[in-house]
Amino acid sequence: MSLLEVNNLQVQFETTDGIVSAVNNVSFSLEEGKILAIVGESGSGKSQTVFAMMGLLDQNGHATGSVKFEDQEILNLSISELNLIRSEKIAIIFQDPMTSLNPYMKVSAQMAEVLIHHKGLSKTDAIKQSISMLDAVQIPDARNLIRMYPHEFSGGMRQRVMIAMSLLCHPKLLIADEPTTALDVTVQAQIMHLLSDIQKEFGTSIILITHDLGVVAGNSDETLVMYGGQVMEIATTELIYASPTHPYTQGLMSAVPRLDDNAVKLKTIQGNPPDAMLDPVGCPFSPRCKFSKDICSTHTPELLETGENKHFRACHVAFKELL
Amino acid sequence: MNHETMMQVENLKVHFDVSSEGDMLWTKRKKLQAVNGVSFELKSGETLGIVGESGCGKSTLARAIISMVPAETGRVLWFGKDLLALNKTEMRKHRKEIQMIFQDPLASLNPRMTIGEIIAEPLKTHYPKTSKADIKARVGDVMNKVGLLENLINRYPHEFSGGQCQRIGIARALILKPKLIICDEPVSALDVSIQAQVINLLMDLQKEMGLTLIFIAHDLSIVKHISTKIMVLYMGNIVELAKSEDIYNHPRHPYTQALISAVPIPDPKIEKNKDLILIEGDLPSPINPPSGCVFRTRCKKAQDICSQEKPELKKAASSHEVACHFND
Amino acid sequence: MIVANKNKIKDMAENLSDSGPGRSLWKDARMRFMQNKAATLSLFVLLVIVAFSFIGSHFAVWSYERIDWNAVGSAAKVGMPSIETGHYFGTDDLGRDIYSRVIQGTQISLMVGILGATVAVVVGTLYGATSGYLGGRTDQIMMRIVDILMSIPYMFVLILLLVVFGRSIIMLFVGIGLLSWLDMSRIVRGQTLNLKNKEFIEAAQAIGVSDYKIIMRHIVPNLLGIVAVYATLLVPGIILAESFISFLGLGVQEPLTSWGALIKEGSNTIMYDTEWQLLFPLAFFVVSLFCFYFIGDGLRDALDPKGR
Ligand SMILES: Nc1ncnc2c1ncn2[C@@H]1O[C@H](COP(=O)(O)OP(=O)(O)O)[C@@H](O)[C@H]1O
Ligand SMILES: Nc1ncnc2c1ncn2[C@@H]1O[C@H](COP(=O)(O)OP(=O)(O)O)[C@@H](O)[C@H]1O
Ligand code: SF4
Ligand code: SF4
Ligand SMILES: [Mg+2]
Ligand SMILES: [Mg+2]
Repeated sequence: MSLLEVNNLQVQFETTDGIVSAVNNVSFSLEEGKILAIVGESGSGKSQTVFAMMGLLDQNGHATGSVKFEDQEILNLSISELNLIRSEKIAIIFQDPMTSLNPYMKVSAQMAEVLIHHKGLSKTDAIKQSISMLDAVQIPDARNLIRMYPHEFSGGMRQRVMIAMSLLCHPKLLIADEPTTALDVTVQAQIMHLLSDIQKEFGTSIILITHDLGVVAGNSDETLVMYGGQVMEIATTELIYASPTHPYTQGLMSAVPRLDDNAVKLKTIQGNPPDAMLDPVGCPFSPRCKFSKDICSTHTPELLETGENKHFRACHVAFKELL
Repeated sequence: MNHETMMQVENLKVHFDVSSEGDMLWTKRKKLQAVNGVSFELKSGETLGIVGESGCGKSTLARAIISMVPAETGRVLWFGKDLLALNKTEMRKHRKEIQMIFQDPLASLNPRMTIGEIIAEPLKTHYPKTSKADIKARVGDVMNKVGLLENLINRYPHEFSGGQCQRIGIARALILKPKLIICDEPVSALDVSIQAQVINLLMDLQKEMGLTLIFIAHDLSIVKHISTKIMVLYMGNIVELAKSEDIYNHPRHPYTQALISAVPIPDPKIEKNKDLILIEGDLPSPINPPSGCVFRTRCKKAQDICSQEKPELKKAASSHEVACHFND
Repeated sequence: MIVANKNKIKDMAENLSDSGPGRSLWKDARMRFMQNKAATLSLFVLLVIVAFSFIGSHFAVWSYERIDWNAVGSAAKVGMPSIETGHYFGTDDLGRDIYSRVIQGTQISLMVGILGATVAVVVGTLYGATSGYLGGRTDQIMMRIVDILMSIPYMFVLILLLVVFGRSIIMLFVGIGLLSWLDMSRIVRGQTLNLKNKEFIEAAQAIGVSDYKIIMRHIVPNLLGIVAVYATLLVPGIILAESFISFLGLGVQEPLTSWGALIKEGSNTIMYDTEWQLLFPLAFFVVSLFCFYFIGDGLRDALDPKGR
């Protein structure tokens, strides 16, 4: 049984310009203890996919489809039911930790509050556990630093505090939405290292959202590539990097300069990423795709399993023809 | 192309006076040393890459070179002439030879001006007598060069995507046919697929127009791709300066080594088996930096001498300079 | 090879509905303003009021100075609003025609409001933009001066000015205008500081554009939005201030009048069953103020869309 199963997830926003489809027919599953990476350029619908699961969509948005967590349907639950799941089963951390930390409360109070509220611990116990959790995310001198306010920490430290806080109730699933995008590479390396330690130590499953193919490579078991609100390809990380089978994935892989490579010229994907998608028809990548055929702009390709186990791609053109 | 020396920067220092809460008019401000004695040489046709973590002084260095922030000491010799010694009017004459491209593509364009007006501004500023028809022709010309359609000339910046806005910024920088373009993180705000387009465009233009580039970025992979020479900055100090392949193949400074190790490579086989050199801790406060070597608080190789003596930037091999007491 | 791919870019361009003039932010703002019903309606009503204050006198039977001796002393019986007598809005106790007086009051009040706001906007914008653009110590000193001026009770000073230099309209709006630029200068300074750090200002500096041109070409056009909003909100404030002063009897001098003066007279005689003396000027006053506030609000929403 999978920990998480998402089927035909659809997210739409009502705007003054019409209905914006941010996420279209997204399906994937996640096994316990695994790390799934969702990659895609900005606006491709990565965040809205997980926001929908967590009931965090903006007022003007609504989601359809199904999201099963431990076999229980969690899409569009009531606030009180969601609160229970959000705090104890699924935790989420964001690119900017300040969005979920209260700037006017000391870290100690914020962390203790979670434990007192959800675990019914006494204040002293709660603080004690909070300190040990801060130790676990390698915050030096946690005993003293816990009494500081969030803004007194550096960016990397703040992200650690956020991670510690999200782990307090030992969630089964941790969603990290671009956790290192705002950080320097050296700090990014620390945080990613920490996340993979956590996964090993607590057996937490992780959904890692990022636009950085390098980060994905080192830190995930499976990779889901999104474009224009749709899934382009899903496969194990090894496979997708070794032989990407979708034109978009291929383009993306060859567009990033690699430190260990001396390519003289980068291969580019022509054109620009799509704007908000009013009324999507066909393959969202078709205006930029080298292999695009007539059918691509009229019919949306289905996400189908290729020969190999658990390797899905959504493209009208067979892999062989792309070579 | 002849590789004459274009620019020599000597011992450039920049500091900011920073105020903290509760300061009064007469309170003495604290000093933040943003650039601390930077020296380097730039030859025509080269691309000098500058990397370092955010806040290490990359932008400040770039701005000090073209006198947009006042330097405390140092010289910037532009074909032998010290730019920092010039007054405002004299400096203005040289601005057309050195242009800049900025990080935030949309924010670097005035939202109330059309694309045509924006691209023409340098021309109108330095050659106010140019006729309207001439201006239009020149603007159309550069727009073509950077891959923008001429008929978009009357549109406004907010009607374009990030990548296109960056092309507009590049067109503005090109219209006066400058000798040097300073690119301050020109692709950091762009999507991966657009980054590649802009990098290729810059490299093509460089070849075609014989440009010299200073290319600032925090992403070492990109800097290595585009640069012939790389400068690694840490808290306002050059810690290593060498040819691009030497920086990657033989990094000599502990910080450079850690930086290279931290850059993720999009290949699971390499990435999952890599021996990561993690740097512990955070950047120290720039207001009171560590004594001696600025990197010593996070350096695994640090010895006593590192806290007492500041390592000079010294030649470690031919055209490879390092600032470390133990660099081999 | 330079041009990445003309066809794809062409596609993009076509999506933008090809050449033609672009959508400037002003055009966008105008569209958003027009979508705001309350603001558009207010603008219409206000224009009607302004038009009325100019052409309304052509329909008047009585000029604002002429006294209807019939009505003197017996306004409650004879001076009520009536088409026949030509006193459309009635008369006051001195037999003067309220219709004409309201027209005149409207002109004066609007003029004081608009001229006062203009003085405030010009002085405040120049002061604030200079302070913000120069920055550093100059900025600090300039802003401390504003702080000090702000701490002086504004009404008190104005009243003092009027008492010392005598009551005159010029004195009134210069006084009000000069005192209400303080807020303006702070708002503009804040906005300038904000703009100064924008990369397009830096880009202009790097190009070598002179400071004067930077202020005129890059800073001021980007300030106009907020200045326009604030100015429309300032006008009713100044009208209110003038009315208050007039209410105290220190405002415009007879035979000239203003909304405040008319309201004062009307309310003084309300116990003699001459409610029209109060209601007509009050209605103009209230409706105009509402209009200004709605327009200001509409402008703010139109000029400051969240998304961009
Ligand atoms: N409240 C909203 N109203 C309308 N559109 C929205 C809203 N929130 C997000 N979107 C749209 O959803 C799309 C996907 O956004 P998102 O999932 O945040 O992208 P990312 O992959 O960068 O995380 C974007 O095109 C965005 O414009
Ligand atoms: N105008 C300024 N006033 C005060 N401090 C500044 C100013 N500009 C930059 N700094 C400081 O100088 C240091 C270097 O900044 P910067 O050159 O922008 O770094 P980078 O471009 O490498 O991210 C930082 O610590 C920054 O906070
Ligand atoms: S479906 Fe067509 S347009 Fe889409 S990726 Fe495949 S070939 Fe390209
Ligand atoms: S000088 Fe010392 S502290 Fe500095 S980098 Fe070298 S070994 Fe490390
Ligand atoms: Mg996102
Ligand atoms: Mg910078």
